[in-house]
Amino acid sequence: MLIHERIELIRDYGAPGGPMLQIMDEHGAVRRPELVPSLAEEKWLELYKAMVLTRAADDKALQLQRQGRMLTYAPNTGQEAAQVGPAAAMEKNDWLVPAFRELGAWLYRGIPLKTVYLYWYGNEYGSHFPEGVRVLPIAVPIGTQLHHAVGIAMASSIKGEKDVTVAYIGDGGTSTGDFNEALNFAGVFNAPVVFIVQNNQYAISVPRKKQTKAESLAQKAVAAGIPGIVVDGNDLMAMYAATKEAVERARRGEGPTLIEAYTYRLGAHTTSDDPTKYREDSEVEQWKLRDPLRRMKAYLIDQGLWSDEQDAGLYEQYGAYALEVFRQVEAEGEPKVADLFQYTYKEMPAHLREQYEEYVRYLEGKVE
Amino acid sequence: MALMNLITTINHTLDRAMDQDDRVVVFGEDVGVEGGVFRATVGLQEKYGDKRCFDTPLAESAIVGTAVGMALNGLRPVAEIQFSGFVYPAFNQIISHVARMRNRTRGQRYLPMVIRMPHGGGIKALEHHSESLDTFLGHIPGLKVVTPSTPYDAKGLLLAAIQDDDPVIFLEPSKIYRAFRQEVPEEDYTIPLGKAKVVKSGSDLTVVSWGAYVHEVLKAAQILQDEGIDAEVIDLRTISPIDRETILESVKKTGRFAVVHEAAKSFGPGAELIALVNEGAFLYLEAPPTRMAGFDITIPLPREEHHYFLDASRIAAGLRRVAQF
Repeated sequence: MLIHERIELIRDYGAPGGPMLQIMDEHGAVRRPELVPSLAEEKWLELYKAMVLTRAADDKALQLQRQGRMLTYAPNTGQEAAQVGPAAAMEKNDWLVPAFRELGAWLYRGIPLKTVYLYWYGNEYGSHFPEGVRVLPIAVPIGTQLHHAVGIAMASSIKGEKDVTVAYIGDGGTSTGDFNEALNFAGVFNAPVVFIVQNNQYAISVPRKKQTKAESLAQKAVAAGIPGIVVDGNDLMAMYAATKEAVERARRGEGPTLIEAYTYRLGAHTTSDDPTKYREDSEVEQWKLRDPLRRMKAYLIDQGLWSDEQDAGLYEQYGAYALEVFRQVEAEGEPKVADLFQYTYKEMPAHLREQYEEYVRYLEGKVE
Repeated sequence: MALMNLITTINHTLDRAMDQDDRVVVFGEDVGVEGGVFRATVGLQEKYGDKRCFDTPLAESAIVGTAVGMALNGLRPVAEIQFSGFVYPAFNQIISHVARMRNRTRGQRYLPMVIRMPHGGGIKALEHHSESLDTFLGHIPGLKVVTPSTPYDAKGLLLAAIQDDDPVIFLEPSKIYRAFRQEVPEEDYTIPLGKAKVVKSGSDLTVVSWGAYVHEVLKAAQILQDEGIDAEVIDLRTISPIDRETILESVKKTGRFAVVHEAAKSFGPGAELIALVNEGAFLYLEAPPTRMAGFDITIPLPREEHHYFLDASRIAAGLRRVAQF
């Protein structure tokens, strides 16, 4: 059992991480063989590939933004394990409630890359997902989404359904009232929900230690009476294992869990941000050594499941795919003007119809 | 038919809605065991169990936010905010999520949810218990904002709100919760949202009001009637979206327009209504459209709150000026 009714302190990660659940170390060596989740070998390869796709799609978005083809974008690099691991630990009908930096989880849960790009391209259809994909749109107002997660989970309980909701938030988000209210509600109603804090060490420029004097973010679960655990967020196995246990706990009616995924944002907060102003290059370099892709690749090669030869070109192949997808986004053309108006209510009220029709007459040149 | 006041009608209507549809859940602070501080939810937990009617921790943002989640996952939540003055922490949820979900997902996800709250002043309540939020809430695209002035309308409007596939804010004028009783049919009926009601027809001027003020306006209209001025009184019933048709039709008939509301005057719904009258019936007007509203001050504590509220005689004085212009 990984998760206890108290903060779990498993293994000292060394500076600056502190104690946390780690299964595979930064070199890809399995340190806790007894905790390795019992997944088919090819599943680990699949998850590794999902992380590489995430990285490639992220890098491509960033390049396109630099070329002036994409709008403001929130880079994801370095946090893939904290996203793909939990997404893979969920069942098909479980709900995912994202914050806004969970590219790996969105893709794994079935949101097409094209839809993701549409969102960052500035199109509302970027929040319109394929039928049956139980993922909420990105939530920009920090912390607000956790209430939706708790509400979804409470509804599952009320209806007697077994689905579990997994919700994301960042380290900065743990300072909001909504974070604390949501944990509290989840505890009181024993909601089948798992909260994942991607502690990537910075909320834009403000370091984690300026968000809270608390030793960990996971310990914030204590006040809500729910278990919390610190997990090495760059360790795919640990993130999978912890989420799997938390999700199954919730499914059995044992209530919510808070998981702090201890990770690092290798890139900027968004493309409007310059991280060199608030952190040292040496810190970034240190974290690059803990890259979740690097260590998973080392593990797969060590297990004989993968090779450097096979790996060569995989990233480029996904990058080319991402570029092709983005070209489709660019070729989409402008959405219909009617779309601006027709989804504010189920039926367009008279005043809105009048505004719409007047604007269309203007566009058609019928108004001087 | 049964004689009911506004609060017993709300209670009866929630009961009917929960009976009709298992997806309806009712919750908020003190809503379950106690049945609400105004007793709007009395007996519902006993009858439907604590999964469908329950107390929540004291956190308005979470009350509204969890309602969003429930609505996304197939329920039809009816959340109670204990007093309108306590809803401000939930405004982030209301503005950023409740009002926008349908639009930002291009119609894919929508929120069949109702947020009920006692609204307005005049009950000599403590500080922060007498707020009028018409202006704030009416300004947010994607919300429907409804307020009844009678028990009969309350039932039809609340049932319509719960059945609606868009989020509805249901403002209950606490001043008239127990002010009078009215025959309310046992059988279910709905009153369409977005439709105003002519509550007194007349030919000399049009007066629009809503909520508790409708009754003061009707008293004022009676004062004028005795003087030979025949006012038409419209109960707006839905603050947003506004029923322009009913208002414009009336103004075209009477040529004179006044709006009476409790919320502070500046930037208030009165300004919106006068603008729509100017846009839609300018050439019919025989007098400047007028608004009578709350002063642009913080609503006073009970000792002096009577200065804030318009009574029938002040309303009559204002309407007289419009009629005699």
